[in-house]
Amino acid sequence: MSNSSAPMVIIGSGLAGYNLAKELRKLAPEQPLMMITADDGRNYSKPMLSTGYGKNKTADELALNSAAGMADTLNMTIRTNTRVTAIDPDAHQISLGDEVVEYSKLVLAWGAEAVGPRIDGDAQDLVFSINDLEDYGRFRAAADGKKRVLIMGAGLIGCEFANDMTAGGFECEVVAPCDQVFPTLLPVDAANAVQRGLEGIGVKFHLGPLVNRIERQGDGVVATLSNGDTVTADVVVSAIGLRPRLELAANAGIRVNQGIVADRLLQTSAEDVYTLGDCAEVEGRVLLYVLPLMAAARALAKTMTGTPTEVSYGVMPVTVKTPACPVVVSPAAADAAGRWIVEQEGNDVQAEFRNEAGDLLGYALTGAKVANKVALNKELPAIMP
Amino acid sequence: MKKWQCVVCGWIYDEAEGAPEEGIPPGTAWDDVPDDFICPDCGVGKEDFEMVEI
Repeated sequence: MSNSSAPMVIIGSGLAGYNLAKELRKLAPEQPLMMITADDGRNYSKPMLSTGYGKNKTADELALNSAAGMADTLNMTIRTNTRVTAIDPDAHQISLGDEVVEYSKLVLAWGAEAVGPRIDGDAQDLVFSINDLEDYGRFRAAADGKKRVLIMGAGLIGCEFANDMTAGGFECEVVAPCDQVFPTLLPVDAANAVQRGLEGIGVKFHLGPLVNRIERQGDGVVATLSNGDTVTADVVVSAIGLRPRLELAANAGIRVNQGIVADRLLQTSAEDVYTLGDCAEVEGRVLLYVLPLMAAARALAKTMTGTPTEVSYGVMPVTVKTPACPVVVSPAAADAAGRWIVEQEGNDVQAEFRNEAGDLLGYALTGAKVANKVALNKELPAIMP
Repeated sequence: MKKWQCVVCGWIYDEAEGAPEEGIPPGTAWDDVPDDFICPDCGVGKEDFEMVEI
């Protein structure tokens, strides 16, 4: 039973949660709103975590506003450091331990979590994933005054961190069990250009092996790789992948797949429960970026305030923050048939994915070729028109 | 001519350059950029930009 005088409740205080709240407020200034977040609720930009060292910003300096400030500006109740323990969609209630909160509509905006098996060894406390502002603050404290960083993972986040931490004065070594950096996002020529760019600023790569164990050695660690090599470091960053948080939704009987399953109205399988951001799988797509999140926030705010609006995604290229070799990539759809046509000069790569008819379905640009993105964007089809 | 930076993704709007691919001619002051302008890289609105001190 829906209690329409109960507040709309948003779980999660990241870009998804706060941007949805802002858009809701534009359309419904008096609608009771509540946000519940497991962290301190500070508003911050996750993309900025990847340039923190280069811009010499502490976690406090990256915070755009406190939870109290956001509660005031948005006229909403924000419960920080609070975990939702269960969702009862039929009763329109969530449990915060023993406390029960009723909602009229519920939005799951709790994001994705770092993937990572526990690595064998006794140095778990020197292995950090950096997936939110609090993580970033903890890492900065642990790495203060240190020199060598071992980064596990050579995808987007691993490479951005390698670049940023090198800019911050660290020596970075990257280990990943793949043939190329950005194994899922970039075609090989573009990937190799980025690798060369990063090697040019001093990043060392071990592509192929896994990290088997990490053991304490003095104040730092020694990592043993599956090929027998060892890497010594002062601190370790785990950047091996993100997966949408699913457990609470699954426990509530809400349909999950790779992400929490949603249609183009961002509705889940439970009435009055919606989802957006890194935890959402919208018509089969989990997109861990800001452009789709913003499109979803605007559409969902309209839907929740009485104007059902399907989200659509236009052209949404991804800008990778590796100044050593900048990249803009618009991946082709997973089932797209075509081939890569590559032009390159040194680390400047223009890779175009075209079908037999010559239609552009995706691209990857590095270095100076990034300037060509405007022309290519005009040729691309919308991701979800 | 001033520069304005997106606080979410760092994209810079340079008044001297405008954003022609978004329909904003060079020389357009930030105040004159339409209210429904969104950051081309990340989609946030004008309210999430701040002026960059040179």
